[in-house]
Amino acid sequence: MKIMGVVVIALLVGLLLVPADAQDKKDVTLINVSYDPTRELYKDIAQTFAKAYQAKTGQAVVVNNSHGGSGAQARSVLGGLKADLVTLALASDVEILEARGFIKPGWQARYPGNSSPYTSTIVFLVRKGNPKGFKTWSDLVRPDASVITPNPKTSGGARWNFMAAWGSVTQNGGSDEQATQFLRKLFERVPVLDTGARGATTTFVQKKIGDVLIAWENEAVLALKEEGGDQIDIVYPDATILAEPPVALVDRVVDQRGTRAAAEEFIRYLYTDEAQEIIAKWGYRPHNAEILAKHQDRFPPFKKLFTIQDVAGSWHEAQKKYFATGGLFDQIYQPR
Amino acid sequence: MTRRNIPGFKTTMGATLAWLALLVLIPLSRLVTTSSGLSGSDFWKTVWSPQAVAAYELTFGAAFVAALANGAIGLLIAWVLVRYSFPGKNLVNSLIDIPFALPTAVAGLTYGSLYAPHGWIGRFLSPLGIEAVHSRLAVCIVLTFVSLPFVVRTLQPVLEDLGTESEEAAQSLGASRWQTFRHVLFPSILPALLTGIALAFARAVGEYGSVVFVSGNIPMKTQIAPVVIMGHLEAFEFDRASAVALVLLVASFAMNGGINVLARWSRRHER
Repeated sequence: MKIMGVVVIALLVGLLLVPADAQDKKDVTLINVSYDPTRELYKDIAQTFAKAYQAKTGQAVVVNNSHGGSGAQARSVLGGLKADLVTLALASDVEILEARGFIKPGWQARYPGNSSPYTSTIVFLVRKGNPKGFKTWSDLVRPDASVITPNPKTSGGARWNFMAAWGSVTQNGGSDEQATQFLRKLFERVPVLDTGARGATTTFVQKKIGDVLIAWENEAVLALKEEGGDQIDIVYPDATILAEPPVALVDRVVDQRGTRAAAEEFIRYLYTDEAQEIIAKWGYRPHNAEILAKHQDRFPPFKKLFTIQDVAGSWHEAQKKYFATGGLFDQIYQPR
Repeated sequence: MTRRNIPGFKTTMGATLAWLALLVLIPLSRLVTTSSGLSGSDFWKTVWSPQAVAAYELTFGAAFVAALANGAIGLLIAWVLVRYSFPGKNLVNSLIDIPFALPTAVAGLTYGSLYAPHGWIGRFLSPLGIEAVHSRLAVCIVLTFVSLPFVVRTLQPVLEDLGTESEEAAQSLGASRWQTFRHVLFPSILPALLTGIALAFARAVGEYGSVVFVSGNIPMKTQIAPVVIMGHLEAFEFDRASAVALVLLVASFAMNGGINVLARWSRRHER
């Protein structure tokens, strides 16, 4: 009896293992480790890429997307998650992987646009008709304003918000001291610091808390699309930051798994017209200038656009000065 | 000396120790070694920064409030479930376990939308000036939810064992209801009640998933200690994250130890 049982179990296990193994030889599976708001985008792209890849190579490919806070996702890769490629919110999160030898130096020059197939910006979401008349950053510190933004300690998107607010002062001739005062006043107007960008959107749209949400442009476009545009509007401030979320091959993993060719193909695919259109559809500003121009009604130009390099030199510097322990963000909440 | 009923002391003890080491001791010692990468002054600056201290106060304070609230209400629920029979009793009994089964993030989302100023419950509270989300109150409410089963489940068997004889005896000897409760019932359930409160407290201190959805996470005001840890992790400050975690660990260990001593003392006192 006992022996029969063992035999049956062995057979079952064998059945489970064999087809999976056989499948591996034919099909390619890629793991794309991405940040929080790109769920819809990469779900869409995974499907169109599978078709394009099949047509080109005759091989089936499955792209599995993993989403979460940008920093948490980078930590998962450090911790052994077998990501073939990362598509994160901040170059600094990719730099961490570079520093630990997962990605070879020079990754940012491998693909066009600093390895960013799309850019995004930071905009405001307000209640329908903009009843409180928010036009730009300085309006956010008015005493009647209630502002929603996630916690920059735990959210990559929130760090972009923070740096956009900072740059709105320093890039318009303001001093660091004035910018510090501005951010201190701004965060006094924040009733809740969600841990991630999606959580902040939920707080603003579903729970109806706050007058204005500082958000990724793509997140704002998506919220508007899902909500139907009855209750919220997008406001484009006169100055904002240009975000370049990078993509990178995880060299160590693709070489180990033998998926380099497919992963490279995926990144190249992101720059094709087909993918750039999908990118525009989900509210990201495509890298391709022609396709961007085609959608200009949805992506209005800004009076002033600055980058993280303009504001802080690099994300590495910004992290140290503003968000690390004892940095400016901590000082803002220090009891005075 | 007690007779050993289970044979093979060495094997069973070995398995126990190996299991505990694998699941508890090794991860804990890793926590200590990770945080020991910090210099002494950095360690103190991290674990004793005003933000961190405020977060400990909120975490332990709210957990304490939640544990006490469950001590009172849990006693009542356990009493009702043991002493009375009523239609739907089994259903009520199984409802108690929901906080065990439900992913706490779901609980957080549900509470958050219910108590938001425009939510079903929140719309009645906000005109009264009660902020039931993104406040310390909100943290207490969800922690009370997640720690609900502990007091009830530790008290139930004790109350069942207790029977009604001693109560009836007290009453026939002329004790008032209050006297019966104060001198007969309460002393015999106190150790179990304290244990239940301690378990509820420990559970509440460690809670993260539900709290982040309802607390405002504002440093110095509504930020709980686990969020401070997350903040350090996001900055890739693994050593600082471990340092704060270590403080939480030591504090809850000490508090639980204290409550256990109290429970043992009250058990001895009873006899």
